[in-house]
Amino acid sequence: MVPKHGEQTLAPEVSIPSTPAVQAELAGALKEKGEQVYVAPQWKLMYWKFLKHRMAVASVFVLAFFYLVAIFCEVVAPYNPETFSTRYTLAPPTRVHFFDQAGTFHGPFVYGVKRDRDPETLRPLFAEDKSVIYPLGFFVRGTPYQLWGTFESELHLFGISAPIDQQGVFLFGADRLGRDVFSRIVYGARISLSIGLVGVFLSLILGIVLGGISGYYGGVADNIIQRMIEFIRSIPSIPLWMALSAALPPTWPVVRVYFGITVILSLIGWTGMARVVRGRFLALREEDFVLAARLQGASEMRVIMVHMVPSFLSYIIAALTLAIPGMILAETGLSFLGLGLRAPAISWGVLLQEAQNLRSVALAPWVLLPGAAVVVSILAFNFLGDGLRDAADPYAR
Amino acid sequence: MARYILRRILYMIPTLFVISIISFIIIQLPPGDFLTTYVATLRQQGEDIDASAINALREQYGLGQPVYIQYGKWISNILLHGDFGLSFEWRRPVSELIWGRLGLTVFISLVTILVTWIIAIPAAVYVATHQYSFLDYLISFISFVGLGTPGFLVALVYLWFMLEFFGVNASGLFTDQFINAPWSLAKVQNMLGRIWAPILILALDNTAGIIRTVRANLLDELNRPYVETARAKGLTERALVWKYPVRVALNPFFSTVGWTLAALISGETLVAVVLNIQTSGPLLLRALQSQDMYLAGAFVLLLSALTVIGTLLSDILLAWADPRIRLEG
Repeated sequence: MVPKHGEQTLAPEVSIPSTPAVQAELAGALKEKGEQVYVAPQWKLMYWKFLKHRMAVASVFVLAFFYLVAIFCEVVAPYNPETFSTRYTLAPPTRVHFFDQAGTFHGPFVYGVKRDRDPETLRPLFAEDKSVIYPLGFFVRGTPYQLWGTFESELHLFGISAPIDQQGVFLFGADRLGRDVFSRIVYGARISLSIGLVGVFLSLILGIVLGGISGYYGGVADNIIQRMIEFIRSIPSIPLWMALSAALPPTWPVVRVYFGITVILSLIGWTGMARVVRGRFLALREEDFVLAARLQGASEMRVIMVHMVPSFLSYIIAALTLAIPGMILAETGLSFLGLGLRAPAISWGVLLQEAQNLRSVALAPWVLLPGAAVVVSILAFNFLGDGLRDAADPYAR
Repeated sequence: MARYILRRILYMIPTLFVISIISFIIIQLPPGDFLTTYVATLRQQGEDIDASAINALREQYGLGQPVYIQYGKWISNILLHGDFGLSFEWRRPVSELIWGRLGLTVFISLVTILVTWIIAIPAAVYVATHQYSFLDYLISFISFVGLGTPGFLVALVYLWFMLEFFGVNASGLFTDQFINAPWSLAKVQNMLGRIWAPILILALDNTAGIIRTVRANLLDELNRPYVETARAKGLTERALVWKYPVRVALNPFFSTVGWTLAALISGETLVAVVLNIQTSGPLLLRALQSQDMYLAGAFVLLLSALTVIGTLLSDILLAWADPRIRLEG
């Protein structure tokens, strides 16, 4: 039998004592990184390989930022996402200045805004009133909120001290009802970004169970599950998703619709995961260490959980990451059509409904900005998944 | 070959059966049966429908009988008479409403696949043979963006762009004066001036993935000894690349054409809603919103069945092109 991986050829010749102290000493002795490769544990090899994928590393930071924003959305958003004011209907993004007209430095500030109407088209016109200056501060007091529904506070990450009826700061402009688009995107991140994780978690369970049965036992079970996967993959998912989510009763509260949607998404989305798990099971089933464990009398459960799962965990994590964007996209698409989450729930898809109205888009192109948030997070997940997939097999090339 | 085709067709039957069951479940999902809703809508509009007509309809669709009998009636009406039930919103048989829409969906999908190949294959071959060149980076960048940008967003941005910079309302398949005009050469020309937009948007969506896969496959193939041999024998680089490695690299891609088709029809649904194109997507959405379930069920059934048949055709083509597949058993 020909050993497949480098570590198996090395193992009998270079037996390394496994106490941490000895290992550290060894690693220190082998100064050159090229030599450290021989003693590094597998996760370290993966880490090194991952660092080589620059876009993936950058994506880690982008996603960490996005999720932090989503977790602390009440703090990050300067306004309540539902606060509306006809004064600010379709107001353009507020420009942040550092120097006033005379060139004096003030730190970040915004000018007061005057609102007018175009006498002919009645289109609202907004102009900066350069005589009034509102300094932009960090951790200013504003509208009170409850962080995670429990902690009461009124501190916001940034804002101006003036109340919104006097002057507003709209980094991304305001929508048709005069609500702050930036605050809404920030609140929407919570649902849009978490629905991917929850949905992927559900499809992971389905994928591992079904893919595992398929790959480990083979035979009839494998055949049936493979046909099932082929079937699901060969029918167009969006019409099916649309039909299923249209069946969710409109009287359901937001939270229940949210879980309904994730269940619907993962019922169709588990196939990719199952394929990865099955492939890994098939590959590992024939490995010597699995045979050894079995010969030693380990139970099937133990063979799977203790010996097989750890050796393909990295592949699963990579596949998971690559499955998240699909979930986010599906939710966005469904909510955009009005079949997924509905207002008062705020997700990026719900926000994009605003952009269905061509007049809104023409007057206020910034209502398309939730789309930019979707694109950036999907790209980041794709890059991250790519990097993880490359790193999952540190012995390849 | 005949045996292979026969076996594939036999495989398809259970798939179609499951699809029909899922579509039937979708029809049954909303509370209350279709006839009650139908009669209620009619009453609401101040019309009355006599009891014998209701009973005739009830009998025709097996309403009030056990579910499996209802399913049997529904599917045999479809298979034997091409009768998909009634659309209570349009008050017409579903079969009168769907075929034109589906035809346009199929047309757009097929053209999109062709356009995708015309763009993606040369681009992928170019980037694989000119690795790390400027164009490689540029095309890789564009395809990454394409991968992250769903078609309906591109469509939204396209609408905004046309309105903002050209003052044109680009939604719909025809300009205003042709919408209700009878078909004529001018109307066809008008349509051709519009239809490229959804096709290009959908193609961009799919090109990205194809370029990435084919590029990776081709890069693997280009390092194989047979390429070296061919080069040593004095083949020109162009003939060599196109004759051997490209054909091998395209293989896994052709075998997933069925999935491409499914993804395409999915994407087309959303893009058509945004661009207001009279394909199956917008009507399906409308039907779902008003719970016009026979219409919605017919769309889900036919769109899925079409994809499955498309996959079958592509499999047969693939088997014809590659003897390994048809002989595999």
